[in-house]
Amino acid sequence: MTNETLALYANLAVYSAMAVFTVAMIAFASDLAGAAPASLASASGAQKAAALVGAGPSATGPAPLVPGEDPAPRRRKAAGIAMVLTGLGGLLLIAAAAMRGLSVHRAPLGNMFEFALVGSMFVVLVFIAISLRRDVRWLGLFVVGPVLLTLGLAITVFYTDASELLPSLKSVWLVIHVTVATFSVALFTIAFSVVILHLVKTWLEVQDPLSMSRLKTVVNAALPPSRSLDRTAYGIHAVAFPLWTFTLIAGAIWAEQAWGHYWNWDPKEVWTFVIWVIYAAYLHARATTGWSARSANYLAIVGFGAILVNYMVVNVFFVGQHSYSGM
Amino acid sequence: MTQNRMDTRPDESDVTQPRLGTVGMLRWAWRQLTSMRTALFLLLLLAIGAVPGSIWPQRNIDAGRVADYLARHRSTGPWLDRLGFFDVYSSPWFAAIYLLLFVSLVGCVVPRSKIHWRAMRAQPPPAPQHLERLPEHGQVEVDGTPEEALAVAREVLRGRGLASRLRPGGRYRLRSEGLSLSAESGYLRESGNLLFHTALIVVIIAIAVGHLFGWRGDRILVTGKSFANTISAYDTFDPGPWVDTEGLSPFTVAVDRLDVTFEERSTGAQRGAPRDFTAYTRTQASPDAPRVSQILKVNGPLKFGGTSVFLLGNGYAPVITVRDGAGRVLMHEATPFLPQDANYKSVGAIKVTSASPKQLGLFGFFLPSEYIDEASGPSSFFPGLKNPALALGVYEGELYPQGRPQSVYTLSTEKMAQLKNSKGDPLRLLLRPGQSTQLPGGRGSVTFDGVQRWAGLSIRYDPGKALALGGAVAALAGLIASLMIRRRRVFIRVRPLQGRTVVSIGGLAKGEDPGLGSILEDLLTTIAQLSDTKPSRTESSRTESSRTESSRTESSRNGSSETESSRN
Repeated sequence: MTNETLALYANLAVYSAMAVFTVAMIAFASDLAGAAPASLASASGAQKAAALVGAGPSATGPAPLVPGEDPAPRRRKAAGIAMVLTGLGGLLLIAAAAMRGLSVHRAPLGNMFEFALVGSMFVVLVFIAISLRRDVRWLGLFVVGPVLLTLGLAITVFYTDASELLPSLKSVWLVIHVTVATFSVALFTIAFSVVILHLVKTWLEVQDPLSMSRLKTVVNAALPPSRSLDRTAYGIHAVAFPLWTFTLIAGAIWAEQAWGHYWNWDPKEVWTFVIWVIYAAYLHARATTGWSARSANYLAIVGFGAILVNYMVVNVFFVGQHSYSGM
Repeated sequence: MTQNRMDTRPDESDVTQPRLGTVGMLRWAWRQLTSMRTALFLLLLLAIGAVPGSIWPQRNIDAGRVADYLARHRSTGPWLDRLGFFDVYSSPWFAAIYLLLFVSLVGCVVPRSKIHWRAMRAQPPPAPQHLERLPEHGQVEVDGTPEEALAVAREVLRGRGLASRLRPGGRYRLRSEGLSLSAESGYLRESGNLLFHTALIVVIIAIAVGHLFGWRGDRILVTGKSFANTISAYDTFDPGPWVDTEGLSPFTVAVDRLDVTFEERSTGAQRGAPRDFTAYTRTQASPDAPRVSQILKVNGPLKFGGTSVFLLGNGYAPVITVRDGAGRVLMHEATPFLPQDANYKSVGAIKVTSASPKQLGLFGFFLPSEYIDEASGPSSFFPGLKNPALALGVYEGELYPQGRPQSVYTLSTEKMAQLKNSKGDPLRLLLRPGQSTQLPGGRGSVTFDGVQRWAGLSIRYDPGKALALGGAVAALAGLIASLMIRRRRVFIRVRPLQGRTVVSIGGLAKGEDPGLGSILEDLLTTIAQLSDTKPSRTESSRTESSRTESSRTESSRNGSSETESSRN
C-alpha cells in the first residue's frame, strides 16, 4: 500500500526546505546584525553575512550610540528576503507532509519523523500567520533555527520508513488528537523562543548601554522591549494552553475507545498531564501578584523542557501504550 | 513556650499580641492552604509527583514488569517499593497532593464565586477625577452641550441605536454620575474562570465515581466459545469498592472468528507489525434478547448499556488431544498460550488432571513461525502462521500441590518430575499441526490437532465517564472564556469648552490587555462621529502609551493590583 516514490519525493522536499531555511536563517541573522548602530557594527562578521545575501550595510554616517532610538527606520532588505524564503520553506514542508501522507494513504501523524515534520510545518505556518499581523522579523532567526534543527533530527535520527499504522492508531482521533497536539507544541515552541529572548532582553536592559560589548549592543537593539516580549509570550501561551487541554481531552476520549479507559497512567499520558500542570502553573503565576514575569517565564521554560521529554524520551525509552515511535 | 505559639489559653503577659485561638488558627491554615502561592506550589508538586510513575513500572499497569524490576534491583527495589514508587497513583503521598489541591480548589472557587456574584450585580465604580492618570486615555472635542455628548457616549457604550453595529470592546454595564460615565465589560472572564475551576472539581468527582462504582474484567476467549457477563466468567475481575457484583448487565458474547493481519511487505523494523484485528462476534444483550452479529475492532468496542467490551489482545490457542495408554481421550481442548514477544513466541501449559496414576503436565512454547535459534532455542520469526509448531516438555506428578491456586499459563513443577527420553535427556516434543507422538513408558499420546486464535477481551463499566467528559468540556469552555475575554473599565467625563464639549476617556484593564488603547480610540472616534462633528483634536491614547512606556507600565500595575487584590 505504500508508495515508495512519493515517500522519496517527500524526503527530497524536506531536504529542499532545509536548504531554503538555512539561507533564510543567514538572512535573518544578517538583518539582526544590522540592527546595531553602524559605528559599532561596522567590522562585525555579521555584516559579511549580510553581504552574502546581497543586503549591504543599512545605515550610513554616524548613528546615535543609544540603541533603540534610531531616528530613521533602517531598510531591512535581508529580513524581507528571509521572510520570503521562510514562506517558501513552509510551502515545501506542506508539500512534504502531503506527499508523505499520500504515500501511505493516511494522515502523516504516525511516527516520530512525521510528528517532527508536521510540527515544523506548523511552527513555520504559525510564524508566517503572526507576521501578517505584526512585525516579528526579529523573531525569524529564533523560529527558523529550531525548525532547521528539528528537521535535521527528523530526517536522520527519527527517520522511519513510510508504513501503515498499528490497529490502535487507526481512528479519526489520530487526526484530531495528534494534529492539535502537534499544533499546540508548535505554539509552545515559538512561545519558548520568545521567553528565552525575554530573559536575554531583561538581562541586557539593566546593563549600561555605553559599556556593552558589541554583540550585546546588537542583540539589545534587535529585540523589542522586554515588556512587549513578555506580552507576546503570554499571548501565544494563552492560545497554546487551551489547545493542549483539548489534546488531553481528545486523547482521553480516544484512550477510552482504544484501551478501554479514559485515563490509564500511561507514561505519555502522565507527561501530557505534567506539561498541562506546569503551564497551568505558569498561567497562575502570571495572574498572581508577587510573581514577576521573569519567574513565571522560568516555569514556561520548564514546561517546554517537559514537552521535549514527552516527545523524545517518553516515545523512545519508556514502555507504554504510546510506543509507536517506529524506532 | 514561646510567645508566638498559638493556643487557646489566655496569655496575660502579652496583651499586644493578637490571640488567634483555635478558630483563628484554623482560619489561618485555611487561608494558607487556599492561597494562590500554595495552589501553585501544589500544582508543581503534582507535576513532579506524577513523573516517577512514568519512569518506574507500575503494578496497576504491568505487575510482571514490577516483579522483574524487583528481582533485578535487590537493594534499591524494596526501598522504592516502600516509598510507593511502583504504585505512584495510589500512594498516600500522591493522594495527599491531589487532595490538598482539591481542597485548595474548593477554597478558591467558593469565595470567588461569592465575590463574582456580587460584582455581577454591582454598579461599576464612579469615574476618577483625572482620567489622564489612567494607563490608557485620550480626549476629543465635539459639537453640542456636555449633556448631548454624554447621551451619545451612553448610547455607544450600551451598543444601541446607530452604535449597535460598532460596539467597540463588547457590551458594557453603565453607571452615570453627573457629567461622568463608568462602564465595565468582560464579566464573562471571571465566569469562565470559575466555570473552569468548578468543572475541574466535577472531573475529580467523576473520577471518584468511576473508581467507587466502576469495574474492570478481563477474559481470554478462544474462537468458537462464548462467555456470559458474570464474575465467575472472568479471568480477572477488579471491582470498585461499591460495585454490586450481582447486578452486572446480563449479556453474552461469542467470538466466531478473529482475523489478524501483520505487515508482510516491509522488510525493515516494521515487518511483522500488527495491521488489523477484527473479531466477528454474536452477542445477546440479555438472555431473552435476540442474537446479533457484531464486529469488534480495536477502536470499535461493543456496548451493552454502560458496559463496553474492548478488544485489547490476541494470541494462539493450540488444540491438543491427550490420550492415555489405552487410547482413551483424557483431554481435548484449545489452550490459550500467552505471546512473549512481537513474533508471538507464546508460552503455555496443558494440565491433564485426569491422567493416572500420576497427573500429566505439558509446558512449553507455541511458535507460529518456528525456527531454531542458536542461542535461545525454538523461536518465531513472524507473528503470523507460517510454520506453526509446539515445543513442549512433559512432567508428571502432582499438578496442584496442596490445592494452591496457580497461573494457568505455567506449571508448578515442585511436585513434578520431567519425563526423560531413552538417552536420559529431558524429553522434548516438537509437534506440527496434525502430528501425534507417543509418550515414553506407555503413558499415552499427545496430538497437536490444529491452531485456533483467542481474543483478549477487556470489559469495563465506568458510570463516571460521561460526567468526566462533560466536566472536561465545560472546563475547556471556561478556560477559553477566561483567557480570551478581557475585563475592562471605561470612564468618560465631559466638560464644556467655549460652546463646545471636550470628551475625555480613560480605561483600566485587569491584567494584560494590549487591545485596550485601540478600543478606547474606537470608542472616542465613534462618539465623535455620532456627535456629528469632525474630531478636532484627538489625542490618540495609543501613541501616548507607546511614547511613555515606562509610566504606563507603572499605572497599569497599580490598576491591575487594585482589581486583583482578592485572589489571583
